[in-house]
Amino acid sequence: MAKSAKKFAPARKAPAKKVAKPAVRSAAKAPAKVIEVHDIPAAVRGAEPHKNLRDRGTPLIEMRDISIAFGGIKAVDHATVDLYPGEVVGLLGHNGAGKSTLIKVLSGAYKRDAGQIFIEGQEVNIDNPRDAKALGIETIYQTLALADNVDAAANLYLGRELKTNFGTLDDVAMEAECRKVMHRLNPNFRRFKEPVSKLSGGQRQSVAIARAIHFNARILIMDEPTAALGPAETAQVGELIKQLKAEGIGIFLISHDLHDVFDLADRVTVMKNGKVVGTARTSDVNHDDVLGMIIAGKCPPGAMPGPGAMRDAA
Amino acid sequence: MSDTANSSQNPALQSESAIKRFFRATEIDARMLGMIAALILIWCLFDIASGIMRGNFGGLLGGSFLTPRNLWTLLVQTSSIAVMSTGMVLLIVMRQLDLSVGSMLSMVAVAGAVLQVFKLAPVLGVGHWSIWMVGVLACIALGAAVGAFNGWLTAYAKIPAFIVTLGGLLAYSGIAFYMAKGETVAPMDKTFEVFGGGIPLSWLGPFWSWMLALLVCASIIFAIINGRRQRLRFKFPLRPVWAEVFLAVLGSAVVLGITHVMNSYPWPFKLIENYAKANGVTIPAGVEDRDGTAVCMAGEQVVRCTSGLVYYTGYSLPVIVALVVGIVMTFLATRTMFGRYVYAIGGNPEAAELAGINTKMMIVKVFALMGALVGVSAIISSARLNAATNALGLTNELYVIAATVIGGTSLAGGVGTIYGAMIGALMMQSIISGMSLLNLPAAFQNVVVGAVLVLAVYLDQLYSRRVK
Repeated sequence: MAKSAKKFAPARKAPAKKVAKPAVRSAAKAPAKVIEVHDIPAAVRGAEPHKNLRDRGTPLIEMRDISIAFGGIKAVDHATVDLYPGEVVGLLGHNGAGKSTLIKVLSGAYKRDAGQIFIEGQEVNIDNPRDAKALGIETIYQTLALADNVDAAANLYLGRELKTNFGTLDDVAMEAECRKVMHRLNPNFRRFKEPVSKLSGGQRQSVAIARAIHFNARILIMDEPTAALGPAETAQVGELIKQLKAEGIGIFLISHDLHDVFDLADRVTVMKNGKVVGTARTSDVNHDDVLGMIIAGKCPPGAMPGPGAMRDAA
Repeated sequence: MSDTANSSQNPALQSESAIKRFFRATEIDARMLGMIAALILIWCLFDIASGIMRGNFGGLLGGSFLTPRNLWTLLVQTSSIAVMSTGMVLLIVMRQLDLSVGSMLSMVAVAGAVLQVFKLAPVLGVGHWSIWMVGVLACIALGAAVGAFNGWLTAYAKIPAFIVTLGGLLAYSGIAFYMAKGETVAPMDKTFEVFGGGIPLSWLGPFWSWMLALLVCASIIFAIINGRRQRLRFKFPLRPVWAEVFLAVLGSAVVLGITHVMNSYPWPFKLIENYAKANGVTIPAGVEDRDGTAVCMAGEQVVRCTSGLVYYTGYSLPVIVALVVGIVMTFLATRTMFGRYVYAIGGNPEAAELAGINTKMMIVKVFALMGALVGVSAIISSARLNAATNALGLTNELYVIAATVIGGTSLAGGVGTIYGAMIGALMMQSIISGMSLLNLPAAFQNVVVGAVLVLAVYLDQLYSRRVK
């Protein structure tokens, strides 16, 4: 019974016009069971002795009860995720599960309808990409988000150009910095004067990664960072993630590749239909458990269930 | 410059031909070179054709096209379109378009003329010193405001620029008609007229033209030296010294050559006579020569002669205005964050937004800049005609867009240069005035200009496909 209540709850709420407030209101009015399910992640954290995921101090970042809808479709529905310093959290789910949307709320690309974001316990306001960057949140987008017609240095510094004393662009200084950071990522890279459209997939990816790590990010969001890469380059990105992790940077990793995620992530959070199915340490679950979460929304014993988890009627 | 480094590091590239190495070292844009070659070819063809048609006129190749007089006029005629095309480059690079510039030019020019002729002159007195300044400022401000309005409708009301400016094309010309009451508003303020380049006051004269040329040459050399110093600072690979010297010499030679041509165009005969009489300059006695450009006294009569009193025009103000606009816009496009953002938005609007650029505000700003430049062109056009009508800018939008596209700006956005558009404007004006020189009918001229536009884009496509 609860299963069906759960399932249909979003459908009932979906027609609501203005998304944020109606969503909250209908949640309050909804049957007790639904509320209970919603409240688990926030409520549970302090009380339930679940999977030694706690007692680690304040999370670097916590997104609490984030909701966003596009024209009545709830792309993200009361999702709660967190991330600790030096931790990699894999975000998994089908296409359209809401991973990228959730992450774009964090990176400022989308404005959330409801929910709060905390950085080191402080509530922050992220209304646009500039806000996110000012807070040390950097993103590598699935599409890379490069301006194809300008060169690597221009992309690296897009939006925060280095300026000379006269207020003009200091292209030479930017190119010098670009050479440094690219050398670290991709020592063979030499095409500094060409527009990035002329670069290979891997080179373009390194430019996007360079842009994310160059500005002392505290939180890194990687949306399918290896989708366009060959095996060698993928391994290189894996090494980079480990290196960044060691530097204490928190990383959200979105990927479809379970092997990658199990290799690199400390925890996984699975989403389905815009809701969090559950969160688990990668050491506590196996591939099949995670696949079950992704496909069926079934939360295995090793995971902390979220509002999107299928619950047994009992 | 990294390319030169690569070629020396990469043995595969060392076998490239001497021509390729030359382009690599000097970093001359092959496309720009192609455009200039086409331009020179067009000039030569027109000169030969006009020579054949009309008998010898003494041009470089025996025609009347490559004469100081024609080239001087050509530059003056080009300046209005060239000024607007620099703004259109940024708009098209940003994936926008402004179809309303022609109507806007009429509207702004009529507004400026009405202000001068019917509002200020009666109150302050005709020829008051402040009228021209108010007129100039009003034209630029009105243009910028109308442009910003176009931009606001595009960016914030989310109406496609094509529709917004198509509406503007109709609406602004209608407003121009009402403001002018369908009449020609004239004459403009005497000082205002200098922006048209039609009166002696707007000509720089040989001395100041040479000074200006030397200043530009010095700037070219300074820019090359400064660029080299900058790259040394970060230990980047440098251009070979011969390439730097070659560029400096070539740039200076072009500037000095153009200046020489401008300084070879004498004032019209009547103006010399009037000026001499007004300023008490004695006109020397001489023998009449109908083909001469100087002024002599043959007995009591003032006549044309080969060696007598002569003044040369040098650069005229509208050309200088266009060059200054070109330099400022190039600076804006390549050296400032504003320009960088324009190109980034054109390359990938979403990426620009994600990088924290306020793309909507940028759209408004670029449209406003376009409008301000339309204001500048309105000043030039109305001053040149010494009048304003609601048809002043008719079809200008098409010429501006054509010049921009001929100049290598891609309608897909992200690609385009200011100098390219200005050369494009010059090329189009060359074709138009060349055909006028050959007495070809206007309808035929339109056919040719249209064909040239399509051909230019086709050649550009071929070129970029080969480069890829």
